[in-house]
Amino acid sequence: MQCQNQPPAAERVGAVGAPSATGDIDRRGDSLPGDSLSGDWGPLSQLPGHPMMWILIVSELLVFGAAFIAFAAARSGDPALFAASQDSLDRLLGAINTMVLLTSGLFAALAVNAVAQGATGRGRAFLGIAGGLGLVFLAIKALEYAEKHAAGIGFDTNSFFTLYYLTTGFHALHVIAGIAILALVAWRSSLENVETGVAFWHMVDLIWVLLFPVIYLMR
Amino acid sequence: MKYQTQKIAFAYFAVAMALFAVQVLGGFIAAYVYVNPNFLSELVPFNILRMLHTNSLVVWLLLGFFGAAYYLIPEEAEREIESPMLAYLQLLILVIGTAGVVVTYLFDLFPGNPVLGKEGREFLEQPLWVKLGIVVAALIFLYNVTMTVLKGRKTAITNVLLLGLWGIAIFFLFSLYNPGNLSVDKMYWWYVVHIWVEGVWELVMAAVLAFLLLKLTGVDREVIEKWLYAIVALSLFTGLLGTGHHYYWIGTPGYWQWVGSIFSSLEVLPFFAMVLFSFSMVWKRRREHPNNAALLWSLGCAVLAFFGAGVWGFMHTLHPINFYTHGTQITAAHGHLAFFGAYVSLNLAVITYAMPHLLGREPYNQVLNMVSFWVMASGMAFMTFVLTFAGVVQTHLQRVQGENYMDVQDQLGLFYEMRLAAGAVVVIAVLIYLYSIFVPRKGELIKRPDTAPTPAE
Repeated sequence: MQCQNQPPAAERVGAVGAPSATGDIDRRGDSLPGDSLSGDWGPLSQLPGHPMMWILIVSELLVFGAAFIAFAAARSGDPALFAASQDSLDRLLGAINTMVLLTSGLFAALAVNAVAQGATGRGRAFLGIAGGLGLVFLAIKALEYAEKHAAGIGFDTNSFFTLYYLTTGFHALHVIAGIAILALVAWRSSLENVETGVAFWHMVDLIWVLLFPVIYLMR
Repeated sequence: MKYQTQKIAFAYFAVAMALFAVQVLGGFIAAYVYVNPNFLSELVPFNILRMLHTNSLVVWLLLGFFGAAYYLIPEEAEREIESPMLAYLQLLILVIGTAGVVVTYLFDLFPGNPVLGKEGREFLEQPLWVKLGIVVAALIFLYNVTMTVLKGRKTAITNVLLLGLWGIAIFFLFSLYNPGNLSVDKMYWWYVVHIWVEGVWELVMAAVLAFLLLKLTGVDREVIEKWLYAIVALSLFTGLLGTGHHYYWIGTPGYWQWVGSIFSSLEVLPFFAMVLFSFSMVWKRRREHPNNAALLWSLGCAVLAFFGAGVWGFMHTLHPINFYTHGTQITAAHGHLAFFGAYVSLNLAVITYAMPHLLGREPYNQVLNMVSFWVMASGMAFMTFVLTFAGVVQTHLQRVQGENYMDVQDQLGLFYEMRLAAGAVVVIAVLIYLYSIFVPRKGELIKRPDTAPTPAE
């Protein structure tokens, strides 16, 4: 019964078992696991990078989308409190961070171009700049949090700041994860890997571009 | 059945089915207590009845998962289970532990004893020796199945199944940690069972469903594995932080209200993905498997889990709503349909599929089995609707109007009577199911389909 020495895959797929009393006859559905992570993923196959990354990206957008709905709902409950709290945010640092992250996204896109043209070294350099700007973003974010902390503002100050810390903090965690992913794909820099990592980075970018006006600017 | 050690599953399924019968009978008696509150109040108080009802449920579902693992891992790994002896030892430990729990609950033999006595935390009352026994049994199990998989063929189904089974064991360890602070205590309390049902059990569910659909529909493994990966990613992404919806009112910081609301409202996605998955596999099927009943349970499982866990869960998961509905009969409605849809149906599906193989029996008695599906599902659905209406009325009278708890209970009497009737239907359906599984019949009522393989497209 036990088959320790397994024959090659091609033979085994062809080996159709005899019909048993209980109905399991053919084993076509039982081919060896091989490229189940590549191949046809339906509409997701059209997108650059790995399809599983796009499942993650869509999930992330849903989470942040739900967070923005929550923010809107909480704001409609007490618009005056939200307006007053928003005024204490540092819009200048937020705007600088927007520029930093968008520039970082540009270099990430340039990295994909370079790797696609076979210039792996240049691609890695661009990924390095993109990740480095991610670190700048985090440093500015830390500065902003320190300002808030010095002003005695924390997680539980009011519902505006609870949501401010949740959304920006959760986004900052994604920046950290994104920098790690960029480093990973700079190391294993196949075109698919770089496209996959950069797709995640663009999502981090996109979420900030939505988050900044919603939390910092909209009156 | 291709491998001898798949037989181990039979012992697990048999014990699971015996406990299933105990569980629904316990539930029926508890439902009667709602109608006639002093029934058995001296002999077996309601809290003990409820504890038996829920604990026997969890134990038999776990036994079913273990049985499913022992059944499908040899086929997937293409080798015998590492040690059948250890597998039976594991079952023996679990049976002794379960018996010990029942005796300790019913007679409270060693009150206050740190090792032998009831521990007193709701639903984690098991005496310490039973908890340690469960940990030992889990270690034996994990050793046994992990070694089998490591030495054999590795498939996405076994990988996901193992991830889920390891998760079950790891999160159970939190039942041993009992901090003095009540809020911290409750926080870890939810790690047992509730991170199971919203996280790691979903992995087990997806893996077992994938195995069943692979066998029943003959769709390419490659296609099934893609769905499996997507579902697993969604389950973990939404379920782990989604468990935050249990942290709204236990003294944890306020941000949990937002974390819990946001993530748990997306918990419906993996269940919806499982509906899409199972139906699209059946539409694309390349074989007519003779076991129609197993296919019915598999599809039913996906649909009922979507409604019970997904829709009924979403109904009261947002914290502004849960503020009013928390702990009312709406929770009971959700709990009943979610457990039945997701995990009871899954176990009944895999048992329906495996039993004819395990018993080497050609006729499946599947018409009766399918009757039991429809009767059981109808009974559970009716029970869920009744409890939902009861919960809405209760929420309004008690939480909005501020009426006294017991006064409100008096006004819910009609709902509880209807729930008792629905429970009686479920008990009957369970007996029909057990009969169809264990008792052979002479001939199959459904004509065997042509089993010649159709050419690939």
